[in-house]
Amino acid sequence: MTDTTVTGQASSTEAHSPGIIRVLVAKLGLDGHDRGAKVVARILRDAGMEVVYTGLYKSPNEVVNAAIQEDVDVIGVSLLSGSHVPLFKELGRCLREQKAEHIFVVAGGVIPEQDYAALLESGVDAIVPQEARADLIVMTIKNLIAARGRI
Amino acid sequence: MILFSEQAIEDIREKQAEWEENELAVALKSRPEEKPTYETECGIPLKRIYTAADVADIPAADLGFPGAYPFTRGAYPTMYRGRPWTIRQVAGFGNPEATNQRYKYMIQTGQTGLSTDFDLPTLLGLDSDDPMAFGEVGRVGVAIDTVDDVDRLFDGIDLEKISVSLTINPSAWVIYAMFVAVAEKRGYDLHKLTGTLQADPLKEYVAQKEWIYPVRPAVRLLRDLIMHSAKTTPKLNPISLSGYHLSDVGGNALQEIAFIMAFTIAYCEEVIDAGMDIDDFAPRLSFFFISHQDFFEQICKFRAARRVYAKIMSEQFHARKPESMRLRVHVQTAAMSLTKVEHHNNLMRTAIQALGAVLGGCQSMHTNGLDEAFAIPTEEAMKLAIRTQQIIRDEINVTSVIDPLGGSYFIERLTRDMENEIWKVLDEVKERGGAIKLVEEGWFQQKLADSAYATFKKIDSCEKISVGVNRYVDETSRSAEVHIHPYDDQCTQLQIDRLSEVRTNRDSGRVQRLLQELAQQAGSDDINLLPKTIELVKARATLGEICTALRDVWGSYAEPMIV
Amino acid sequence: MTVSTVSRPVKRAAYVPSIELVPDVLAGSVLAIARMISRAESGYEEAAQALAEIYKHSGKAHIVGITGVPGAGKSTLVSSLIKAFASDGYKVGVIAVDPSSPFSGGAILGDRVRMNDAAQSCRAFVRSMATRGNLGGLARSTLQAVDILDAAGYSPIIIETVGVGQDEVEVVTAAHTIVVLSAPGLGDDIQAIKAGILEIADIHAVSKCDKPEAAATVSALKGMMALGTVKASAGWNTPVLPVSSISGERIDDLKDAIGRHWMHLRESGELAERQRSICKKRILGTARHLFQLRFNEEVEELEKHIQAVVNRDIDPSVAAHRLLGWDNEAQAT
Repeated sequence: MTDTTVTGQASSTEAHSPGIIRVLVAKLGLDGHDRGAKVVARILRDAGMEVVYTGLYKSPNEVVNAAIQEDVDVIGVSLLSGSHVPLFKELGRCLREQKAEHIFVVAGGVIPEQDYAALLESGVDAIVPQEARADLIVMTIKNLIAARGRI
Repeated sequence: MILFSEQAIEDIREKQAEWEENELAVALKSRPEEKPTYETECGIPLKRIYTAADVADIPAADLGFPGAYPFTRGAYPTMYRGRPWTIRQVAGFGNPEATNQRYKYMIQTGQTGLSTDFDLPTLLGLDSDDPMAFGEVGRVGVAIDTVDDVDRLFDGIDLEKISVSLTINPSAWVIYAMFVAVAEKRGYDLHKLTGTLQADPLKEYVAQKEWIYPVRPAVRLLRDLIMHSAKTTPKLNPISLSGYHLSDVGGNALQEIAFIMAFTIAYCEEVIDAGMDIDDFAPRLSFFFISHQDFFEQICKFRAARRVYAKIMSEQFHARKPESMRLRVHVQTAAMSLTKVEHHNNLMRTAIQALGAVLGGCQSMHTNGLDEAFAIPTEEAMKLAIRTQQIIRDEINVTSVIDPLGGSYFIERLTRDMENEIWKVLDEVKERGGAIKLVEEGWFQQKLADSAYATFKKIDSCEKISVGVNRYVDETSRSAEVHIHPYDDQCTQLQIDRLSEVRTNRDSGRVQRLLQELAQQAGSDDINLLPKTIELVKARATLGEICTALRDVWGSYAEPMIV
Repeated sequence: MTVSTVSRPVKRAAYVPSIELVPDVLAGSVLAIARMISRAESGYEEAAQALAEIYKHSGKAHIVGITGVPGAGKSTLVSSLIKAFASDGYKVGVIAVDPSSPFSGGAILGDRVRMNDAAQSCRAFVRSMATRGNLGGLARSTLQAVDILDAAGYSPIIIETVGVGQDEVEVVTAAHTIVVLSAPGLGDDIQAIKAGILEIADIHAVSKCDKPEAAATVSALKGMMALGTVKASAGWNTPVLPVSSISGERIDDLKDAIGRHWMHLRESGELAERQRSICKKRILGTARHLFQLRFNEEVEELEKHIQAVVNRDIDPSVAAHRLLGWDNEAQAT
């Protein structure tokens, strides 16, 4: 038994309210620098997003499994160890293997421009530059979701 | 002993009040000051001017003389007049041979002490063929799997003549064992070996985040290392108590010093509990601090740190030898302050930070390469970094006078203010149950994450300026033509091949037996694990095998969830 | 040089209707389950039919609520329980609830750090959910997530919340077996009593049992029970169990106690009672939530009433009746 008035209003709620963006902030491989990841987690929370943080020393496979269960919109990875090329390649491969390519991958940290092409090729959707301000990080994610539309 | 007569102070106060009502008032009326309040980076309020009245309460004994308690004015009586600070630039990448070549280049360029960075697998106790080592072998530092790698690393270098700093933490005791084994093989007198191991576990859990075991076993390993080294390699510093990383992960100057002192206290308590006298190991405790952007704050930080340490050793641990109370420090300039945008600016930043470290009285220093924010420094960058120190040392005449800023009203006041804040934090740590407990609970980690976020917000809102990034932004500046230090893809294969060879040629049965003996010893708290470890490395056990054996006994560390 | 992001083009994604996800959910597809939970959380009207269908397939799982004050070690405990149940062959589901920021509406969901290992190695399904600040909305979406895991064949399903907010306590009481975790030396006894959570426990656990203070906490709890301040349940003696997540000590005791309580509920007939009570809570909670939603939307109507009450034309009670459309009664009064 459904009250159509109530249903109708719930629909309008739905049409107007933006979905809450969920992000998995992840650290891959052996890089122990988590200052940036933790700062980004807070920035995203302050921007109204829900952030799941993986902790340090995770393999790409673990990160993808977590991303799927949490149904996040974005996996954000901050890397400062220089091994971004092999690690993002593996991350992209795991996403494809698990049929989770709908999840966006955003890369940040210390990534030289000469490696951008390789990353984008591997499945990274956006690379945030090193000295990015909070706005840029938030907008990067919001733009990705806006372009994708609701899923 | 007070330095100023009450009458003199009264007089100054009166004169200052007059000045404020007259000249100052006029100036402020025509043009107010740019900010309503001023403070140091770590939050200590700054006055517009300091006079004798501001330091009247500080007893002369708290200043003392260089090289004597409380060491505020310097660790040694003659400081740089007797011996300049060591230029010690860290280097490490690829296979041991590659790093060995860089060492030879830098010694030629004027480096006076060696410093080694290891790759992530080595830092975390993994062999180069471990699955988790994928993509990481030889990348951020040199790859070391066996004692032969350490031999190759220092090939053609006389370890009796040059001191070596090893930037290694959870696996430090194994690298030390390899170092000793190489020295013995070469017939060196172990009592002549000089150098430092970083080996500071508590700061890993809260800052640098290199870990293998849970907190307490890691502290036990350090204790064993300190005790073994005191007898076997008495000129080696078995630990470099690192404030640097506390700052790097977000801590301010007060947190850097207060937290590292809290860790120092915890370690000393452990070693004393195991039966060693403070004076038998404290002289070899060394420190590693950052030199950051707030110039005067940093100088005062060094002075306050020396005084606090001296008082802790004397009053809390009743040390009798002056060497036990003397804080010796290696400094690295602040990598986090460097920018990728307009990276040449980093040369100026580094030079100023280096000057701060010299005026603060450091014993050795690493100046960052201008490309440090985004790459492993190139030879060119390292050369400029070495030149920075040489220019400060030889061209500008700052080394002729010891503690030249001592006695400045501002410097003495700020030193004292910082000291007071540090004691407050130490009291709080003590009240809450001591450093080890608080590390396990995540207390330090939360404070540091909060500081990191606060700094980010300040830069984001332009309250804190980063030239070229949030002020004086030049749209036309081109991105750095960065020559990225090439990653050697063959490196991994070479290490793996060598590992196979070692495993084939050694007596693996013996290695297994020794590993079991080590695991057994690890089960009881009062056996020193160093002798067995030295035996193991000589038998060609690998770093990964040794570290894994203990992980099977102690388990792995699980970090507290702090964001 | 402007600092800007480099990105690659994004394709518009197709929205898969929720009803089409249902067969995959029932077949246990992790992707489908995860997406369905998101749909439930977002409260999409489009998902109502699918959720109704899924509900029909639920009701098999043993739902375990775990709560306690912050710092008690719940996540670590849940991680150990996942491994313990998994080693007995169970497919474990976990919903870990964390508070949303009242300022930004966002949240940092920290429980997964502790449970990731277990989720990875034991094929357990771990989902972090934020409270999202809706009165009654939390229970609605959390329990719908439980329905989904239930229908997909997970059991036990653990709901983990911080036991300090009313909403969070509300959620955990919708479980069949409620475990309350206390930690020694946190001063938690006082906090927990205030929140009323000690009384709801079917099982009490005390964490960090390797610490000396744990014994005192265990006795304090046993003392409270002797005073009769806890919920009476015929045939079930609420145990107080020391556990240590770090050393894995006594986790099996807790796992067994949870299993025994499930047996007790079924054998005593109390399960039927609990299920009725849970259903009642869910109906009323959802009604409250819908009501709230409606009046957050109908700002003008509500505004009129607010103004009238401010002006003292009518009192709050009359205004409420009018909102509900119960005017006749109001006039009669």
